[in-house]
Amino acid sequence: MTATIYPAARIVTMNPARPHATHVAVREGRILGAGTLEELAGWGDYRLDRRFADKVLMPGLVEGHSHVMEGSLWAYVYCGFFDRMDPEGRVWAGLKSIDAVVERLAEAAGALEDPAAPLAGWSLDAIYYGGRRVNRHDLDRVSEERAVGVLNASGHILNVNTKALELAGLLRAGVNHPGIPLGADGLPTGEMKGPDAMAPLGVHTGFDRDLLACDEPGLRRFASLCVRTGVTTAADLANLLPEDAVEMMLRVTGEPDYPARIVSLRRFYGLTPEELIDRALELRGRSRDRLRLGIIKVVADGSIQGFSARLRWPGYYNGAPEGLWYVPPEHLLEIYERALAAGLQVHTHTNGDEATDLALDCMESALRKHPAPDHRFTLQHCQLADAAQFRRIRALGLCVNLFPNHHFYWGDQHYAVTVGPERAERMNACATALREGVPLAIHSDAPVTPLGPLFTAWCAVNRRTASGRTLGEHERIGVADALRTITLGAAWTLGLDGEVGSIETGKRADFAVLEDDPETVGGERLKDVRVWGTVQGGRIFRAADLQP
Amino acid sequence: MTAAGPLPVTVVGGYLGAGKTTLVNSLLRQANGRRLAIMVNEFGALPIDASLVEAADERIVSLVGGCVCCSYGEDLVSSLTMLEALEPRPDHVLLEASGVAFPGAIAGTVGLLQGFALDGAVVLADAETVRGRADDRYLGSTVRRQLAEADLILLNKCDLAGDADEVEAWLGEAAPDARLLRTTRAEAPIDIVLGAWTGRAALPPAGGPFDHTHGYATAALDPPAGAEPEALARILADPAHGLLRAKGFMRRSGGGMAAIQTVGSRWTVSDAPADAPAGLVCIGLEEQTDFAALRRAIGCP
Repeated sequence: MTATIYPAARIVTMNPARPHATHVAVREGRILGAGTLEELAGWGDYRLDRRFADKVLMPGLVEGHSHVMEGSLWAYVYCGFFDRMDPEGRVWAGLKSIDAVVERLAEAAGALEDPAAPLAGWSLDAIYYGGRRVNRHDLDRVSEERAVGVLNASGHILNVNTKALELAGLLRAGVNHPGIPLGADGLPTGEMKGPDAMAPLGVHTGFDRDLLACDEPGLRRFASLCVRTGVTTAADLANLLPEDAVEMMLRVTGEPDYPARIVSLRRFYGLTPEELIDRALELRGRSRDRLRLGIIKVVADGSIQGFSARLRWPGYYNGAPEGLWYVPPEHLLEIYERALAAGLQVHTHTNGDEATDLALDCMESALRKHPAPDHRFTLQHCQLADAAQFRRIRALGLCVNLFPNHHFYWGDQHYAVTVGPERAERMNACATALREGVPLAIHSDAPVTPLGPLFTAWCAVNRRTASGRTLGEHERIGVADALRTITLGAAWTLGLDGEVGSIETGKRADFAVLEDDPETVGGERLKDVRVWGTVQGGRIFRAADLQP
Repeated sequence: MTAAGPLPVTVVGGYLGAGKTTLVNSLLRQANGRRLAIMVNEFGALPIDASLVEAADERIVSLVGGCVCCSYGEDLVSSLTMLEALEPRPDHVLLEASGVAFPGAIAGTVGLLQGFALDGAVVLADAETVRGRADDRYLGSTVRRQLAEADLILLNKCDLAGDADEVEAWLGEAAPDARLLRTTRAEAPIDIVLGAWTGRAALPPAGGPFDHTHGYATAALDPPAGAEPEALARILADPAHGLLRAKGFMRRSGGGMAAIQTVGSRWTVSDAPADAPAGLVCIGLEEQTDFAALRRAIGCP
């Protein structure tokens, strides 16, 4: 069988034995080797393909924590403050005023044929509009006839117009709910804060309740975003994986031109721990190359910016009450024990440091009962862990996947409001994790922040907030560490480091094809590295050629 | 439409093992023709008494006597809406919260929904373990908040706890607004837990349905003419009188009938059909309720 040898301007392999190469040889979707043409010619027949001769190749990037829902959300109107690229490659300009938000929504409303159809938008970031809250009268300017709802970037607030309140029966005086502020007229302002207040409005504003369950167009669009960001393997971190979704995902990812490998985790919900283990084992047996199943996800607490994360003493900087548990501790322990016994991997969402403590206590107890040498249990987000916790994480053999994108999007709020200056500077302590020897990945949590490992790497290297503050100089990491983290680091947490994450003999032929060299552009410009596309399993995907 | 008025919803909370499911099963066995709809967070965790199950499909389990059970997962609102649309419509919804959920938050959402009326939040406490849980490093604040948000606390497993009196005294401080009922095996009268003498059904006769050996006392009161329903409801809900529940109808001074309902300190007044029979039934614990004093307080004839 003939191999294909690609010369490239530079190949960054992540293989310390030969960190750089000029050529890579591919056969049967896998890497024969990286080296010089002379070395690779020894493998026998080859065809020289010069299309990447002026490109930089890296191992295909691995996003260790995202949600395929990122692809689905683009069915709604993007209302964010920051520029964001959609799956078709169009960059939607960030909206710098409430007027601009209204204008974009009104344009979308004008394009709808059904005058009664609701209009939904997402990623509103009201905190950037000078302290003024968005209210129903703002959104009434979009439409008075149809319900309009816009989800906040944090996912914790839904802004609606008067019509939506009317449909939900909430345009009345006397509404008494902590999540529903009232205006001077005694009527709700249209800000619905928190899931309890948002729930009655979702159905009226067009948010599809099955969105999180993963829909087919969303799964396809998500893959397009992967190609545009150099991602060849992406974790879909919290899917309920009902049977019809599994069948759809197997079918779509199995199509010959589906360009990404999806690792979809089964979230603990709706089953007992015992049933969860059975289901995960069954799912694991149905994995295919481009759809990996069988890992378990458990959510321990809420989010820091939503004040629902469980924080240790002294709690939130602004005095907000302690957050919420999303799982009873007994269930977490039981899942750990059963998963260790069954050889299954568990990823646990712990945002607050108290939630991290709980996970560590459960892990310590479960490991005593079922010692497991290579369990790779991973703490996801783990944003507030301190050095002592990282040492315990290391001792228990856990991995972490930290969330440096938070510094850019919410770092200023963390500094001023949620956790205060000192803890904001140690949030997502990538440098401490590496220093303590903890296996490290970093992530976007797309759609919470945009998919793009090179941007995430920039966040970890610079720790820059939206206002320009460097949030914790001490926790910045170097470019080399950051690049390793978005390839081999993330692959390790998914149990795939033997297959992907570096360009070396025997691994999958997964490459990020770049126009610029991330090793030499400098840490400041990492986020500006241009992505040409990807090679996934030896198949070539050029971003510019993607079909909408 | 055969059913009139909003569908009453009772939230059942409490930490794992406190007896939520046992209570649900007990209420189902007492349903006696009332169509109860049970909402659970997840089917997997709910061992509904098998003798009560008639048929099951993916979202709904049919139970004897026209009762149903459904799993609401994360979609409380659409599941409630689905139950409300069932033919025949259920008489009462029992919403079982997860072990770490705050019943007050769920009650808050129910209170926002058209077509539903929050009946109250019932929280179970395991007499053996609740104090330990309340001091637990991870769970303490969650358990305390669950109790504090209760209208009615069922102090359960009293047969197993050696010091139920002490636990009860402690709960009086931890949850000052809640009324408390001691139970074993979560056995409590459905009329108290759900205020379930619903709709146009006849009011239970005073002293009738409750065996005094259980320690409950009931009284029928005739609301004084000219009293305002809201003012009356406030008195009935006043902890000083120790009522667990009160329910009934009275004529407004301005004309028309009003329905009054209290559970613990929570009270609601709503419009009632013109033909609703005037009269109030009050239920309390025998040793805590002084009906004579209550009659004086509301100026009964």
